[in-house]
Amino acid sequence: MILNEEQQMLADLSERLFADKASVDTLRAIRGGSLGADYDTDLWQAMVESGLTGILVPEAHGGMDFGLVSAGLVARETGRRLALTPFLSTAVLGAIAIGRAGNAEQHKQWLGPIAEGALIVALAVDESGKHRPERVAAGATAEGDAFVLGGEKTLVVDGPNADLFVVSALHDGKPALFAVDAADAGVTVEAVTSVDTRSMANVRFDNASAQRLDAEDDALDDVLNAGRAMLAMELVGLSRAVFERTLAYLSERKQFGMRIGAFQALQHRAAHLSVEIEISEAMAFQALAAFDAGVADASQQILAAKARAADTARLAAAEGVQMHGGMGMTDEFDIGFFMKRARVASELLGDANFCAERFARARGY
Amino acid sequence: MSDLEEFRAEVRAWLEDNCPEEMRQPLASDAEHVWGGRRWQFSSEAQRVWFERMVAKGWTAPAWPVEYGGGGMSADEHDVFKAEMKRINARSPVSNFGFWMLGPALLKFGSEEQKRKHLPEIARGEIRWCQGYSEPNAGSDLASLKTSAEIDGDHFVVNGRKIWTSYADRADKMFCLVRTDPDAKKQAGISFILLDMDTPGVSTRPIQLISGESPFCETFFDDVRVPRANLVGEMNQGWTIAKYLLTHERDNIGGEPPGLLKGRDLAQMALQAVGADDQGRLDDPMLRSDIARLEIDAMAFRALVEQTRAKAEAGEGMGARSAMLKYYGTELNKRRYNLMMDAMGGLGLEWESEQTGGGRYAREWLRSKGNSIEGGTSEIMLGIISSAVLELPKG
Repeated sequence: MILNEEQQMLADLSERLFADKASVDTLRAIRGGSLGADYDTDLWQAMVESGLTGILVPEAHGGMDFGLVSAGLVARETGRRLALTPFLSTAVLGAIAIGRAGNAEQHKQWLGPIAEGALIVALAVDESGKHRPERVAAGATAEGDAFVLGGEKTLVVDGPNADLFVVSALHDGKPALFAVDAADAGVTVEAVTSVDTRSMANVRFDNASAQRLDAEDDALDDVLNAGRAMLAMELVGLSRAVFERTLAYLSERKQFGMRIGAFQALQHRAAHLSVEIEISEAMAFQALAAFDAGVADASQQILAAKARAADTARLAAAEGVQMHGGMGMTDEFDIGFFMKRARVASELLGDANFCAERFARARGY
Repeated sequence: MSDLEEFRAEVRAWLEDNCPEEMRQPLASDAEHVWGGRRWQFSSEAQRVWFERMVAKGWTAPAWPVEYGGGGMSADEHDVFKAEMKRINARSPVSNFGFWMLGPALLKFGSEEQKRKHLPEIARGEIRWCQGYSEPNAGSDLASLKTSAEIDGDHFVVNGRKIWTSYADRADKMFCLVRTDPDAKKQAGISFILLDMDTPGVSTRPIQLISGESPFCETFFDDVRVPRANLVGEMNQGWTIAKYLLTHERDNIGGEPPGLLKGRDLAQMALQAVGADDQGRLDDPMLRSDIARLEIDAMAFRALVEQTRAKAEAGEGMGARSAMLKYYGTELNKRRYNLMMDAMGGLGLEWESEQTGGGRYAREWLRSKGNSIEGGTSEIMLGIISSAVLELPKG
């Protein structure tokens, strides 16, 4: 696919915005505790002001109502710049979960605040260290018009900052999505910082009051697929960034009296990697466009995109560290951050093995 | 209805009426491929009828101008045509190196006279062409080729030897790279000429491959006289045409696998050969995983092919992108045939047997090994990517 005018505009806008606002220095400051927040609040504010938080929110609620391709262009920048913001959890997972599964009242209550940057949402689906969305023990029971929800969730990205949790739980033996206010007395959040400095949480719900999001039965699949698609773009972005740095290093570092990029052993590996990146990016864009167009095999394409982008990013990061030699192992060099981020983004919402397995299942073998 | 949709409806209706049922099945073997040429003999009536009807429409070369015997289709119409052919699994009515390679070269570099003579002959399937590029000492280093063409009056006199000439023993004519200036820098002394394989002094010898088949030949030239009018483009400018064609050849390596697996579903073949577990999954978890990874890579590769095509149509050149496609597409195809062999088990081991059509699995698996060698090895492709795309330092 080729970007249309709207998408190209958005690509340019997000590239400029992230080039201007996002930096590895901020990531280091967050990690060291000197920023005083566990995500890049300045960048997030700039994203709010540019309307990016409402990228998937309908215009009626103050959003841009763009598609996943556009959101993916932002996600690609987050990976490229190693930016830490609640974009994935709030502007994508939150907006789609509430948009698809919420009723008109719930739309009014939450979508506007998401677009305005006044609400941070976190998706609480997993209950074990490996992503298995259908393995749900959490349960919800009706109590009058509302529900009470109990259970434990893990890998809740942006959980410590969330104002609202979107939670999968069983009701009458069937999984459904619920919204739980983070301020509810029944919610306990244990913050966890991940290897890539992402803010995550284990969250316990004890008789927490919940609202059911039940406009669409299979909304969770769409939410998860949208999230996987975003992570694929994030992985593509970071693959490109780590590869650019590696290429620059190959072209300047001298050993044995020559620049190491002249060695065929390294050239061929770099060339192979560049092909992997091109292919993964083309796959990701095609999958995003398929989701936007509602194509029948869009979910297969997204699984393929996530699996491939994960493998590519891990290869790019591994080659990045290896080709930087000893310097690649140092904390002073930024390369290691890409490896860490690749690891996390690969794992979230299903690693390459998970995606490939689901892909095979969907294809009937 | 838009013009394009109207065109689609016309094509669809015509194909429905004119494509014989037997021509809507995948080729059972390479032997069913219609190459055309002076000595061509159809193996079935359906083959002949389909060929003649398509030739009459000019649809054997759909995108070539009508005045050169083609179908005169625009790029969009050509896409529609290809989609409609694919929809009913219609076989190609005829194809050979004239369609794939020489035609595009003549359209770009040929004189008006050459276009008017050769293109209609190709489109009508009258002449089967072969490609004379590689030599025993000029493989990956193609520009070091030594077959010489010396000027003698109105003729070139050609001496030397080509190798890996596909089906030279069955072709009518050859487009050929020859050295016309032995003193120039190696790329600068090469010319692109056309010659008739019936000319005295031309002889061929088939080369048997590990697959047992002989799709390639050696071709020998012993004082072969070729009219100077058969020079395409300028003297000593043949390398430009050769490079253009190599890129073009690499473009042909698109999403579809060649050979036995074309149009076939590897996973379904594996399910049939290996069996399924009680949940309907392929009853070999490691193979299942390998096939899933292959299918994902194949889907992603097709996405890149599509994107590259779309960009090319929007006017962005292919450039060294074709090296990426050639490299990845052929490596992918080798993996595909390896997995097919893993799936087929004992059937894949048969060499002479009825149920495998004379060891088709084994032979095509072995044949696939050449994919990453012919048309520029994978290592040459990686080298092109390193220098032309990544601009890494020279050694």
